[in-house]
Amino acid sequence: MNNFINSLGIILYATLVYATPLLYAGLGSCFSEVSGVVNIGIEGMMTAGAFTGTVVAYFTGNPWIGFICGGLAGAFFGMLHAVATVLLGADQTIAGTAINMLGPGIVIMIAKVLFDSTDTIPLTATQKIPQLFSGLFGTDTTFGRFMNNVFATYASTYLVFIAVIVVWFVFYKTRFGLRMRACGEHPMACETLGINVISMRFLCVCLSGFLAGLGGACVTMTVSTQFRPISIVGQGFIAIAAVIFGKFRPQGALVGCLLFGFCSGLKVVLGGSSGFNMHLISMIPYIVTVIVLILFVGKSHVPAANGKPYIKSR
Amino acid sequence: MKKKKSFLEFVSDNKFIHILLSIILGFLIGAIFLVIMRLSVGEAYGRLLKSITSVKGITYVIVYAVPYIVAGLSVAFSFKTGVFNIGAEGQFVVGSMAAAIVGIRLGTLPKPVLIILCFLAAMAVGALWGIIVAFLKTKWGINEVLSMIMFNWIAFYLSNFIAGLPGIKSDGSAEATQNISDNASMLFPKEFIKKMDFAPTANWGIFVAIVIMIVIYIIIDKTTLGYRLKAVGFNKNAAEYGGINVNGSIMTALAISGALAGLAGALQLMGMGGRISIFSSQEGFGFAGIVVALIGCSNPFGVFVAGLFYGWLMYGGSKLNLVGAPTQLINVIVGTVVFFIAISVIFSNLKYLFRKKG
Repeated sequence: MNNFINSLGIILYATLVYATPLLYAGLGSCFSEVSGVVNIGIEGMMTAGAFTGTVVAYFTGNPWIGFICGGLAGAFFGMLHAVATVLLGADQTIAGTAINMLGPGIVIMIAKVLFDSTDTIPLTATQKIPQLFSGLFGTDTTFGRFMNNVFATYASTYLVFIAVIVVWFVFYKTRFGLRMRACGEHPMACETLGINVISMRFLCVCLSGFLAGLGGACVTMTVSTQFRPISIVGQGFIAIAAVIFGKFRPQGALVGCLLFGFCSGLKVVLGGSSGFNMHLISMIPYIVTVIVLILFVGKSHVPAANGKPYIKSR
Repeated sequence: MKKKKSFLEFVSDNKFIHILLSIILGFLIGAIFLVIMRLSVGEAYGRLLKSITSVKGITYVIVYAVPYIVAGLSVAFSFKTGVFNIGAEGQFVVGSMAAAIVGIRLGTLPKPVLIILCFLAAMAVGALWGIIVAFLKTKWGINEVLSMIMFNWIAFYLSNFIAGLPGIKSDGSAEATQNISDNASMLFPKEFIKKMDFAPTANWGIFVAIVIMIVIYIIIDKTTLGYRLKAVGFNKNAAEYGGINVNGSIMTALAISGALAGLAGALQLMGMGGRISIFSSQEGFGFAGIVVALIGCSNPFGVFVAGLFYGWLMYGGSKLNLVGAPTQLINVIVGTVVFFIAISVIFSNLKYLFRKKG
């Protein structure tokens, strides 16, 4: 029984840790998609954020400056995407694909210059994002150990849950959110009502890059303490999947990200102890997602103008 | 003045020129990065060019290009039919593994039979991977981009799992499958390679790629099937109104696209690797296919040339570290090229440049 509770604690901890970066990126993806811009470049923006966050934290010694700079690096690539897709009406998939090549390409080249290696130097404990409540509950009781495991998560995790609430509020309770969602559904109607679709979308895509950058920084500044070329690989796409899974809503993305996080957590616990095949266990999250989609979620409503460039003169 | 204007108009309206300009800009941005990094532009680009000055180099480029061409054709075909096959990656992986299983377990079959069997297995499994996604979409309305991303990862871990099974895994300590039987290898005869001074992995794959290119061109442009698929891609509702079975068309399109990606996987295995390693991350052939399709404007012949271009950059890029330049330079160049292709509208507007002033 004690063992079980212990494992449960570790799974919950791992769920939170793995879900955090996905959730940042997922919230970012929500902003972009809901305003009507497909952002497949999340992956590249995360990579840029991961590298920048780690490097700035390494040189300044302050994790929070690094974290914010990670976001800004993501926002820079978000801005590139916005210039191409919103201002110039480019095909959003093509531009996103370009971002996915440029982001990793540029940062890994910089890594080569700074560190003479594609990996950065690991962060020390003070350069990492802090674990707020580590060891708060004492280790003498089972319950204490359980709580310690769960609450050993990093500050970025607590922040992201606050962010989900804030984003939800912005989406559904503010004028800005209403206008943003309208831009994704029927931009021309918005324009006739005096909403500036172009600047609205531009802002949302930049914001989406910023959040994706924060997500990337979470990956390399918490559990793994260094940036490597394979730090992000695939996580941006998983975040996009989680958002589609959640029907383009922040609260839905939360569920999707926790699902992926939970499966990753399960992998950590099962993989270490039992005779299960690692590769088969790793497959679980993806199969579960498909099954959940079939059984519970079904057709998702894609914002009507999603993916269509908006050109003002028409 | 008049001559200049017509030249600008020519540049503005020619899609081929847009791509050429994008490529030039890609190399320019790459050069800027090299300068910032205090590396010699001449040395790095010289190294890239030098890689195609010998027979050996050129054959290497062709060998590298084959899987990119076929993966690019797969994605290009999906683009033409209105689906974005981001799942080519997974289809490539399962196709490659299917060919490996056939190539290892049925290794005693005569060469032509075995090679064709490997191809068929790869295409069948790749098509299946595409059909599953299409089925999920048409039956339950599940977003295809989402399920393709999922199936990419399922394929990845499935391949890793199969590579570790007894009877498939290599007998030595290598974390990889056994080598496929010599009967399944598509390499040119060794003496021939030596005599012609070809790359040691020179193989028949390029001819398969050429055949596929022509077949895809014919399907898209010369058959009613292609017309139907394009109609669905262009406007689903109109196609349905016109009596076209939309769901069936989506299935067919993804099956063909998947079969091509699977075949690309087989060609990569039988022409180059000879075995499949247990990877720690996705290899990215399918994603490269997306890039190749974009550079080639989704036109079969364009994709062929774009695949060769990409193969050249990949081969040349692998030599860049010899002159101290990072291999990642290639990603920056290609990324820039794709970015400018995305915003090629700026080239179309060049012709208004002088009109405004006047």
